[in-house]
Amino acid sequence: MKAKIYIKYKDGILDPQGKVTGNALKSIGINGVEELTIGKYIEMNFSNTSRENAEKLAEESCKKLLVNPNTQTYNFEIIE
Amino acid sequence: MKIKFAVIVFPGSNCDHDALYALKKNLNVNAEFVWHKESDLSSYNAILIPGGFSYGDYLRTGAIARFSPIMKSLINKSKQGIPIIGICNGFQILLECGLLPGALINNKNIKFLSKQVTLKVASNDSIFTHKMNIGDELKMPIAHREGNYIAKPKTLKILEEENRIMFKYKNNPNGSMSNIGGIINEGRNVLGMMPHPERACDKMLGSNDGKMIFESMIGEI
Repeated sequence: MKAKIYIKYKDGILDPQGKVTGNALKSIGINGVEELTIGKYIEMNFSNTSRENAEKLAEESCKKLLVNPNTQTYNFEIIE
Repeated sequence: MKIKFAVIVFPGSNCDHDALYALKKNLNVNAEFVWHKESDLSSYNAILIPGGFSYGDYLRTGAIARFSPIMKSLINKSKQGIPIIGICNGFQILLECGLLPGALINNKNIKFLSKQVTLKVASNDSIFTHKMNIGDELKMPIAHREGNYIAKPKTLKILEEENRIMFKYKNNPNGSMSNIGGIINEGRNVLGMMPHPERACDKMLGSNDGKMIFESMIGEI
């Protein structure tokens, strides 16, 4: 069982890395990308656990450590 | 009362020696390093969390350090009213552990900034600034990439109304809301600031304006 966790900045929070990378795309001629944001991807592996427990662990990890609720939002999926 | 500062050392702290030197040599007070794995702060009556890159800034600045064993005692000490100053990464840690409100994000111009700035004293109603006058200008260095202070409008309003913004940048270098360079907690005994007063305690280093902050603190212990 695996949790795939996606963390991104909240709307309105400055994402200079995303902005600069978006501009770089334009500079190499890739146009039409309206906005590019860069976030974090975290993978957690579980052994011998239920889907319900994996969800609980992922949620708790995000709330207590992985995410700063002031600046970031998150979502995750559990893959069996 | 005899003053004894604890300078907390995390793996990756790199302003700990500067802070210890400033306290001992420039301010002539007792100060000791306390490793983050320790849990006893009972023999100290002032605490300094130095700058640096605790845990390599992994995950987010200050995010891992806040779970170090020492933090439990530090939070208890804060409740007892012991003066605590967090500088740069120390400020980031105080925000992550919830002793101060808001967050610090990447500088507006994306760059790591290392330069002398001018701070304006925005309030002298604190143990950290009572020896200054509102509007006084203090010169000291900044050295950070994540120093852009943000908070919800409601939080900013509370900080303003409760007179908890201690320092504002004269020329905002990093995009911080309301030009904020340093704030205190509701109990008025915890200060977080991005600029480095410990690097401005000796005229030989270009400024000794940082001394005023420590002298104010020391006068109140």
